[in-house]
Amino acid sequence: MRHEVIEKNMGLMIILIVVAISFGALVEIIPLFFMKQTTQPVENLKPLTALELEGRDIYQREGCLSCHSQMIRPFRAETERYGPYSVAGESVYDHPFLWGSKRTGPDLARVGQRYSDEWQRAHLYNPRDVVPESNMPGFPWLFENKIDGNDTADKMSALRMVGVPYTDEQIASAKTEVRGKREIDALVAYLQQLGTVIER
Amino acid sequence: MNELTSFWSGWIIVISLGSIFGSFILLSVVRKGQRFNSETEQTMGHEFDGIEEYDNPLPRWWYWMFVLTVIFALAYLALYPGLGNYKGLLGWTQESSYEREVAKAEAEFGPMFAQFSQTPIEELAQNDQAMRIGQRLFANNCAQCHGSAATGSYGFPNLTDDDWLYGGNAAAISHTILNGRMAAMPAWGPMLGEEGVHNVSQYVLSLSSKETDVKAVQKGQQLYATNCLACHGAEGKGNHLFGAPNLTDNIWLYGGSPQQVMQTIRNGRNGQMPAWEGILGKDKAHVVAGYVYSLSNQ
Repeated sequence: MRHEVIEKNMGLMIILIVVAISFGALVEIIPLFFMKQTTQPVENLKPLTALELEGRDIYQREGCLSCHSQMIRPFRAETERYGPYSVAGESVYDHPFLWGSKRTGPDLARVGQRYSDEWQRAHLYNPRDVVPESNMPGFPWLFENKIDGNDTADKMSALRMVGVPYTDEQIASAKTEVRGKREIDALVAYLQQLGTVIER
Repeated sequence: MNELTSFWSGWIIVISLGSIFGSFILLSVVRKGQRFNSETEQTMGHEFDGIEEYDNPLPRWWYWMFVLTVIFALAYLALYPGLGNYKGLLGWTQESSYEREVAKAEAEFGPMFAQFSQTPIEELAQNDQAMRIGQRLFANNCAQCHGSAATGSYGFPNLTDDDWLYGGNAAAISHTILNGRMAAMPAWGPMLGEEGVHNVSQYVLSLSSKETDVKAVQKGQQLYATNCLACHGAEGKGNHLFGAPNLTDNIWLYGGSPQQVMQTIRNGRNGQMPAWEGILGKDKAHVVAGYVYSLSNQ
């Protein structure tokens, strides 16, 4: 019985399991690293400004992506509601991606410029003030917390190492740009640029 | 742009087909190496805590189901794009599938929207079908700010009353939806000082017959005449050109309590309506305009 060789030999079994389950990744993931469609930014795509970048971190900290996706799929029902479907080139500067996989609230991939700043602030303070039937939590502390900006330049340098084209000037001025700003202003700045690079 | 290099295309083809054929060959080899071809009482010969294992072949149904999955996989890879740059016999792509779906909807709804777009907004507001569509569009795009019943909330105008910031005729509503609006009430606090703000607020409140302090109203009236009149008008009736609200009708976008009115005067207000032409397109915006028009013109 030849399978005894594998079954009684843990090291060999582990190696063979790893080989067996990596076929999917080898075929479906690795080639994408070498495909222009997924590695080239769409036209006019710009890295987030320092303030928007801080907003993005707040978006992650508050767990927005547990309820909001940022991925419009190519179905009419989605594009009618949210706007043009998402393309890979829009996310090349995103590290990590915030595509999400769960929609308790609406998709936010093209929420930028859809509502006024004032609406975003009112809604984030207490969603039920503007949308009575909403079950989204309020985030009132964002209106009090200030950003110190001590890490902003480091974050931008780290992103530059993985291919986001920040300039030296942008990194140098990052701290002064965000220091003392309220967290809500950073988050709203981030939200208002979402999905605006693609022409509707 | 969507093409893989031939190396990566070959890589995908070799690994995909290799793993399909490989697992099929593995199955066949294991099946051939079987000691028995039918179920017997023979065991594998080992025993753990009294548990033994029969040495039977794979069940026939299981074997054939596996063969079927292999056939399915090969047929799928022949018909659909899966093997590197190979396009598949059906020529299916995600984009074309989406475009077909949109074209089908366009053929179905296009003529209707075209007809709506030729209908004046006042008339459209009488069209039941258009208004049902308008209501849906409103719920999806406008209700976040204006409320699902279009009654608005603090800072976001009620669309069901007769009070309009930028005008309530068809052309004004349409313009507001297509191009958006940006209110520009400056902050008067630094200019008027806290006492001045108080006096002007008293005068403003007196316009809608609220109880006020007569002395403050008199002082406020003078300040109003020099500072506020240009936009809000001599009688405080407002001006649609600037989106300056009527101050005499006791309808308040930012609250009508003395504190709230003072806050508005002190800090200014810059309510913004985003432009929807780019999002909705002209035809849908036209239907929404009809719906909004119908809300206050029944």
